[in-house]
Amino acid sequence: MFKLKATIIKDVRILLRDKVGISLMFVMPIILVVVVTSIQNSTFQLVNKNRLPIVINNNDTGQASKQLIAAINKIGMFKVSQVSGDQSEKQMTDAMHQKDATLGVIIPANFSVKVSAKSKSIAGKALKSFGLEGDSVKHEAGDIDPLTVYYNPILQESIRLSVQGAIRSALQLVESRETLRSLYFSINEKQLPEKLENEMLNNKTAINEIPVSKDGTRTTPNATQHNVPAWTIFAMFFIIMSLGGSVVREKVSGSFIRLKTLPTNYMVGLLSKQIVYLLVTMLQAAVIFSIGIWLFPFFGLPALNLPADISALVIVTIVCGWCAVSYAICVGVFADTQEQANGFGAVSIVILACVGGLMVPSFAMQGFFKSAADISPMHWCLQAYYTLFLEGGKLKDVVNNIIPLFIITLVFQFVTFIGLKRKNLI
Amino acid sequence: MAITGPLAIDVEDMGFRYPGNPDVSFSKLNLKVAKGERFGLFGPNGAGKTTLISLMTGLLTADEGHIKLLGQEVGRQNNAVNKLFGFVPQDFSFYQELSPVENLQFFGAWSGLDKKTIKQRTNELLVILGLDEVRNKPVEKFSGGMKRRVNLAIGVIHKPAVIFLDEPTVGVDVQTRHAIIDYLLELNKGGTTLIYTSHQLSEAEDLCRQVALIDNGKIIAQDSLDKLMADHKQESLEQMFLNLTGKDLRNDV
Repeated sequence: MFKLKATIIKDVRILLRDKVGISLMFVMPIILVVVVTSIQNSTFQLVNKNRLPIVINNNDTGQASKQLIAAINKIGMFKVSQVSGDQSEKQMTDAMHQKDATLGVIIPANFSVKVSAKSKSIAGKALKSFGLEGDSVKHEAGDIDPLTVYYNPILQESIRLSVQGAIRSALQLVESRETLRSLYFSINEKQLPEKLENEMLNNKTAINEIPVSKDGTRTTPNATQHNVPAWTIFAMFFIIMSLGGSVVREKVSGSFIRLKTLPTNYMVGLLSKQIVYLLVTMLQAAVIFSIGIWLFPFFGLPALNLPADISALVIVTIVCGWCAVSYAICVGVFADTQEQANGFGAVSIVILACVGGLMVPSFAMQGFFKSAADISPMHWCLQAYYTLFLEGGKLKDVVNNIIPLFIITLVFQFVTFIGLKRKNLI
Repeated sequence: MAITGPLAIDVEDMGFRYPGNPDVSFSKLNLKVAKGERFGLFGPNGAGKTTLISLMTGLLTADEGHIKLLGQEVGRQNNAVNKLFGFVPQDFSFYQELSPVENLQFFGAWSGLDKKTIKQRTNELLVILGLDEVRNKPVEKFSGGMKRRVNLAIGVIHKPAVIFLDEPTVGVDVQTRHAIIDYLLELNKGGTTLIYTSHQLSEAEDLCRQVALIDNGKIIAQDSLDKLMADHKQESLEQMFLNLTGKDLRNDV
């Protein structure tokens, strides 16, 4: 026990003097979690609270285009500004830049006329199918000229698709209104009453979004709840930059030769490293969670809500940390130089993070990558944390994540043991 | 040369070959070193000195024959044997980030000492080796000579009965060399066996009573220093060394 204590003290001293290692283990992940959460939060806000600036050039003089612009405004997602006159692509681009807009829409000339003609044609066909004959059946409308949407390439695919959906929905509203009016006029030979029109078009079924949590709470997830657990895991695995290098340094330096001639098994050394760095991972989690809880609100970010089951959170953090430590030691044992350990370590952590769903959600992955996620320890860590942080789960809910994580950790330990044996290090 | 007293080292019919590297190998090697002896092992680069020391300290395992240290069979991670000897490798074998005190605390614990003994031995060694003033400074800031003294202190903290010294004075100034040699002679007076290798043949004349010359994995001469030089009609160890091993340059890959 005295040997283990002396070794732990030695490892702590060396760790505390490794300023670069400490900054890599603490400062970098903290910066990462703050930056990523801020960016993702601003993306949430861009779509939900802030409005996307959009420039509309209306070349049409009719009512339909005005209704379309009103509908786009009503969506609440856009901050609309208009430019007049026939705009070339260059002029439209300039207008977008001037107004700092990420989107631009050109409504073609005769939009209203064509929408009206199309609506009359559809209404006529509908009447004919009811066995009625109306004037509008005589109309054979051509296709409506397309709306042109310009967008800034910085817009992510997901945002662009939301924008497209929103504009399509506004367009649908305008077309439906025209069709309804035509149909009503053909049957009743008078205008559709405004009250009825509003009732028919606006009385849509509302969509209630309710997060399904295991504990029945209704806390809406946000960028903080998603990012803090994810980047805490990344930080834990990033200790490879210090621990992997430390194992290699000890191995390639003369100190290891001397250790092998002393009446103490090197496993004591490895046990000490596991204890010290496991405590480091716990400290990393505590620091990052504390920043999420107390510091994020000062940055205008949502505060982190800790899960109700704190004991489950501690257990998951210990198992995640132990897995990260085991992986780092495993890489350190097999690497011949510190450069190898650091290079392989950093790249492998990024790959494991990608495959594990830290950067792209696992549910969005296809085929091979979906299966590959299962062998990434980060995937199981993330699932366990999400169950606790987002779904309000308890310990029993994360057992299925902890078991595979535990098995992966044992595999790392076993491979480390084989590596030490093969390299005559124990 | 017959040894009548108890043996510190007894290598008998030892065979060893590096897997995939036949350049350095031993076959039926025999070497006996008396307890309390000051023994020097010399040879050109690649002769097998470090390999032989590695075998005697259990860092490598012999393929055949046996190696005994104070009557106990040497083997990998044999804690009973490892308590008996100290090893001062050629490379700086300690943690450069730590101070001499911190290094001695750690290596003392791994050598099997208790807290009280570590403290007492640390204080003694730091004074003897002139490191007391810098006891709490990180070793990485030390000169080569100071690092050599730290290296030695760690190797002897547990007062081993046998000390293996692989070029313990390489790259140090005259003062440090004298300090180290004087301390080693002092230890030997107390009964400690010294097994020493170096390229500093003049230093060997000061330190060693018995020497063995090794080349191509074979011991080509072994006896007391005076007798060897008399037998080979040489005035210095260096001349005898060149006479026995030749003047060809050696590569040690």
